[in-house]
Amino acid sequence: MMDKSAVDLKKILPYGDIKGDGVVQLAFTLPVPVSPEAREAAIQVCKKMGLEEIKVATMEKAATRFSFFVVYGKTKHPIDFTQIKVLKIDSPVLSRVEIDALVKETFGRKLIILGACTGYDAHTVGIDAIFNMKGFAGDYGLERYEWFDAKNLGAQVLNEDLLKLAVEQNADAILVSKVVTQHNIHVKDLKELMEKAERMGIRNKIIFIAGGPRVTHPLAIECGFDAGFGIGTKPSEVASYIVHELLKKKA
Amino acid sequence: MAHLELNQQTIIECRRLAAQIVLKIKPVIDLHTTVGIERAALRLIGVSGALHKEGLRYPFSNSIVDQLREDRVLSKGALFWFVNALTQTGLSVSELSQKTSTGELRLSQLEKTPVAELKKYAYDLCKESLKKLAMRREERWALRKTQGDPFDLSFSSRPLVYVIVATGNIYDDVIQAQAAVEAGADAIAVIRSTAQSLLDYVPEGATTEGFGGTYATQENFKIMRDALDKEGKKAGRYIRLTNYSSGLCMAEIAALAAMERLDFLLNDAMYGILFRDINMKRTLIDQNFSRMIIAYSDIIIHTGEDNYLTTADAIENGHQVLASQFINERFALEAHMKEEQMGLGHAAEMNPWHNNVFLLEIARAQMTRDIFQKSPIKFMPPTRHKVGDIFFSHVMDAMFNLVGVLTNQGIQLLGMPTEAMHTPLLQDRFVSIKSAHYIFNAAKDLGKEISFKKDGMITMWASKVLEDTLQLLRKIEHSGLFKAIEDRCFANVSRKLDGGKGLDGVVQKDKEYLNPFFELL
Repeated sequence: MMDKSAVDLKKILPYGDIKGDGVVQLAFTLPVPVSPEAREAAIQVCKKMGLEEIKVATMEKAATRFSFFVVYGKTKHPIDFTQIKVLKIDSPVLSRVEIDALVKETFGRKLIILGACTGYDAHTVGIDAIFNMKGFAGDYGLERYEWFDAKNLGAQVLNEDLLKLAVEQNADAILVSKVVTQHNIHVKDLKELMEKAERMGIRNKIIFIAGGPRVTHPLAIECGFDAGFGIGTKPSEVASYIVHELLKKKA
Repeated sequence: MAHLELNQQTIIECRRLAAQIVLKIKPVIDLHTTVGIERAALRLIGVSGALHKEGLRYPFSNSIVDQLREDRVLSKGALFWFVNALTQTGLSVSELSQKTSTGELRLSQLEKTPVAELKKYAYDLCKESLKKLAMRREERWALRKTQGDPFDLSFSSRPLVYVIVATGNIYDDVIQAQAAVEAGADAIAVIRSTAQSLLDYVPEGATTEGFGGTYATQENFKIMRDALDKEGKKAGRYIRLTNYSSGLCMAEIAALAAMERLDFLLNDAMYGILFRDINMKRTLIDQNFSRMIIAYSDIIIHTGEDNYLTTADAIENGHQVLASQFINERFALEAHMKEEQMGLGHAAEMNPWHNNVFLLEIARAQMTRDIFQKSPIKFMPPTRHKVGDIFFSHVMDAMFNLVGVLTNQGIQLLGMPTEAMHTPLLQDRFVSIKSAHYIFNAAKDLGKEISFKKDGMITMWASKVLEDTLQLLRKIEHSGLFKAIEDRCFANVSRKLDGGKGLDGVVQKDKEYLNPFFELL
């Protein structure tokens, strides 16, 4: 008997009801009133996206001049999963106790870690979750690590002030949190920090880490950082990365 | 309506302690003014407009107060000097603003009008200015009558449907707001551009570029007010407009909002201290004057206790929220506000995977409703535990809406399925409003049909939060509010008495200090 669950990794498609059906769901508005023409326009938008067998599940009046759609369609463009390569963080995640022991043994001094929400960003929920004693999701924050000297500088710290402080305090790692992303302000601020670090000649002396709900590892790399952590990251994941990177540098 | 059986003696004691806490701060408030208050007073008598300075439009009210500070005479009050100059020069308010701002005139160097005459002139001028605010207030009452008012201050019908717009561009905000009203929104908040709270001046004119929100300016207020009045007329219900009276321009924004007939203002006695690192004295002095204007203009404030739950654990910190609500209530009463104007804030921010979390949210919401019976409680949606699964997020919001209607909250800020991703898209608001109306209607009278078991989990939880609140208020009363904030009594944040931004804008009042608004408001 043929194994129905076998997936051809060289040709994967979205999976809805049966293998390879390519079903996707979309929701969007069009800036025109609800009408048969609006429905047709929605179908054509989806066709131009490369979808087939398009079904408009609902068309609703979101407002006089706006129609809202939920649409299903099928894509016929398979992806070769075996060829996919992504930048990702591959350091193993250790516990707080293990990390403290490792730092004590290999460095014999406290690692100095600075964190901040930079620019105009006032949303400290992310940086607080990583730094505060209490931590996040049952995982203690960096301030709780015995062999870390972790300082959370809070919100709206200017890039130059952060770098100046990092030099003064001989920081091993800098964590930058960006929450506001309108007009890509987060990317702009992150890049500016790295350009300044480069000019000050400290780019390679410190580990630079970015974090935030819309931050990914590849985005952070693109901005010149060493690593990026997204939503749901636990403090021990960040701590493990820092220690492993410093060990690599030491070696 | 179902009510919780709470210990009334404990509630009375909490209020007594809050009154004591605020009483100890009163001398600081009474003996000082701030650059923000002085600018607000100037705005109230009609100073408006700005100079072009280093690429931005710097308001006349700032230039005038800056000049008085440079000349070290601000302790007598901006109105002392400005009104003196009016009597001496015979110029109009607008001419004098212009001439002072450009430096053509130095207010402190003019001849002095005899004090009695000066005072009389100032009082008359201020009384005249307040007539304009009163007109705006009465205009609002009239509009609510003719357009119809969805807001029920007996809280026996559904909560008010409240959403935000935050495009950064006031003209896009208008389009989004109009669509939201058509979808069924009753109140619109224009979210402010990130970090405006730390600007020590109010930007001028219509603005089209903000980050995470749109600048609060008098012109933007006017544009949105006009748009909502038109939508309200079409929709057959008065649409309320919200902005922020917080940050370094707390008092000034209150004045501008009163002039432009805003209905709701985010205004909290301690928010700026805790979450924007604004100096304690500055904030507490500013909030008092801002609330006097708010009281007079019949604006409803929204306090910011919901923020305690986004930064600290929501299950463990219920008592901090309640303690802060008692303190906010007391500060507001001191500024002559009525309980009906106090939209005390809280939020449904508990971990959705916690056992019986729905019951705990009901307990806290009902407790807030029952303790502040005349106040339109402002209930904020889940944000902290949202991660981008918009479908699950929508379910969380549905549960939140059910708590809101069941416990008769006053003002329900709707959650958005795309919370934690981006500022709301038009369709996000549409699906939120649609489902909120469904739930508010489907469970409309649920609160009247049920009762809470005396020894049940919900009553016990609320009683525990209330008891913890009493302990916390005792501790704060003992140490004093300043020290309590330093000791992380709220949101686990510590601030120092002489730390934070804006302390240099606090000025001790001189014996001759003149600002008739303190008596007239």
